[in-house]
Amino acid sequence: MNVFDMTIHELHSALKQKQLSSVEATSAMLERIESVEPQVGSFITVTPEQALAAAAAADKTIAAGECQLLTGIPVAIKDIFLTEGIRTTCGSRILENFIPPYSATSWEKLRDSGAVLLGKLNQDEFAMGSSNESSAYGITRNPWDTSCIPGGSSGGSAAAVAARQALATLGTDTGGSIRQPASHCGCVGLKPTYGRVSRYGVIAYASSLDQVGPLTRDVADCAAMLGAIAGHDPKDSTSVETAVPDYRATLARGVKGLKIGLPKEYFIDGLDPDVQKAMEAAIDTYRRLGAEIIEVSLPHTDYAVATYYLIATAEASSNLARYDGVRFGHRAEAGGLLDMYTKSRSEGFGAEVKRRIMLGTYALSSGYYDAYYVKAQKVRTLIMNDFTSAFANVDVMLTPVAPTPAFKIGEKTSDPLQMYLSDIFTIPANLAGTCAMSLPAGFSATGLPIGLQLIGTPFGEETILQAGYAFEQATEWHTRKATI
Amino acid sequence: MLHTRGNYQDFFGVGAMKITVADVEYVARLARLELTAGEKEQFAGQMDAILGYVEKLKEVNTDGVVPTSHAVPMENAFRADEVRPSIGLHNALANAPDRSGSFFAVPKVIE
Repeated sequence: MNVFDMTIHELHSALKQKQLSSVEATSAMLERIESVEPQVGSFITVTPEQALAAAAAADKTIAAGECQLLTGIPVAIKDIFLTEGIRTTCGSRILENFIPPYSATSWEKLRDSGAVLLGKLNQDEFAMGSSNESSAYGITRNPWDTSCIPGGSSGGSAAAVAARQALATLGTDTGGSIRQPASHCGCVGLKPTYGRVSRYGVIAYASSLDQVGPLTRDVADCAAMLGAIAGHDPKDSTSVETAVPDYRATLARGVKGLKIGLPKEYFIDGLDPDVQKAMEAAIDTYRRLGAEIIEVSLPHTDYAVATYYLIATAEASSNLARYDGVRFGHRAEAGGLLDMYTKSRSEGFGAEVKRRIMLGTYALSSGYYDAYYVKAQKVRTLIMNDFTSAFANVDVMLTPVAPTPAFKIGEKTSDPLQMYLSDIFTIPANLAGTCAMSLPAGFSATGLPIGLQLIGTPFGEETILQAGYAFEQATEWHTRKATI
Repeated sequence: MLHTRGNYQDFFGVGAMKITVADVEYVARLARLELTAGEKEQFAGQMDAILGYVEKLKEVNTDGVVPTSHAVPMENAFRADEVRPSIGLHNALANAPDRSGSFFAVPKVIE
């Protein structure tokens, strides 16, 4: 078996039994990256020297008999995570030469668990996008069909897993940016509950919605990655002091008697027929496994996209004010200070980022603050209440991740509103702050992956992982590989 | 020339959606962005469509609803007020586009 086809737990066994070394595994992954990268474009920066050095260190640890699950496992992370000494661009021209002086906590935790960093992954600029077409470093293509988008904004994170360029990756999810690309690329992607994983050192897009999570080949790997990065961080005052369960230990509990809710607002006309079919089959599978299927209602679903694009853009316009050319990032040649701010930002930001800054600035501006921003915050409360009410009767909810499989490159770039509407099923979990995951649940007639979303209660990651694991044991969708 | 507050209100008129190029120019100035003529045209149309879409929130009765700014209920997060190592002057200035000794340098503000 090729190293690049392995899961984390498979490579871990091989490393532990000394069938191969981490240096050998890492070299194999670097070769794989080199061979498929021209077709996919998952990476912004590949770090072979650092990777091989980290792998050599991991091999010493393994030789000393201390092989933890992630020791020597080659991974890659979205270019939104600060990595000390390694360029971090966030997909933007404005950070083209930015070398962070410190690292993100989530990456530090993964590194301290023994993981080996292969490089930094492509993404929509500042995580703003659903297709990975807004990166300043070129588009990423879907490994299942390179004429299609991989999803976004963690498109590189999903494509790298699907193209077997990394065993697992980290992404971030503000409105679906882990789950939607995971769905489009046929991998597992989990957005933890807000506060479950530290956001320290993660370049901010919309701070009340952003959350870090893993993308992997299967649910067991997802549980392992989440376990490694979760937990309170004194450097992020919004991370929560709730004990981190051993997610892997309870994976096999099964779903007998589990109450699975189907929010009726998510099963609407206009859902792609292949997606509809995959959802029906998934529901049948769960029924067969002994789960109880219950219809529930999330009545404010139809307002989620509008709410999100006011709150997220408002927070973005504020967060991105820091890019002014003074302390770091691109600085334009200009006569005066104001001119320098304006020119630096205008040269450094791409069109989608400018559009969202404009929308957010508008929503926060005098005379419109209450009508747009505060109104959206109130509707957010109603959306959260919907979830609380629904979860009074069910343990998890099952929905599609996206209304359609991956669309074509260029199909929605000229119509931002259509692009925004493709996030309709993923945005509500961010607004409610709860956890949700995407897992492979079928394929379209044209061979594109279709994902299933399991939404859990706040800090209910254990339950959705169990439900995901049960589904995975009963199906073989996750074992299919893109032919790239 | 900046619009005055009064002009700005007139321009938009709460509820009357039609984002013009002048509106885009005004918001761009607030956001410290400089747009090309083509971008202004494009953004006016796109912002008009998006803001038209978000108008649907008006359908929702939010009387007495408390706005949510944060998903997880939380009290203030306190920590001990202790001196800890920081990244230091060298690291803090390492990414500076321009510097002067131990300072960030910028174009002259006062003549």
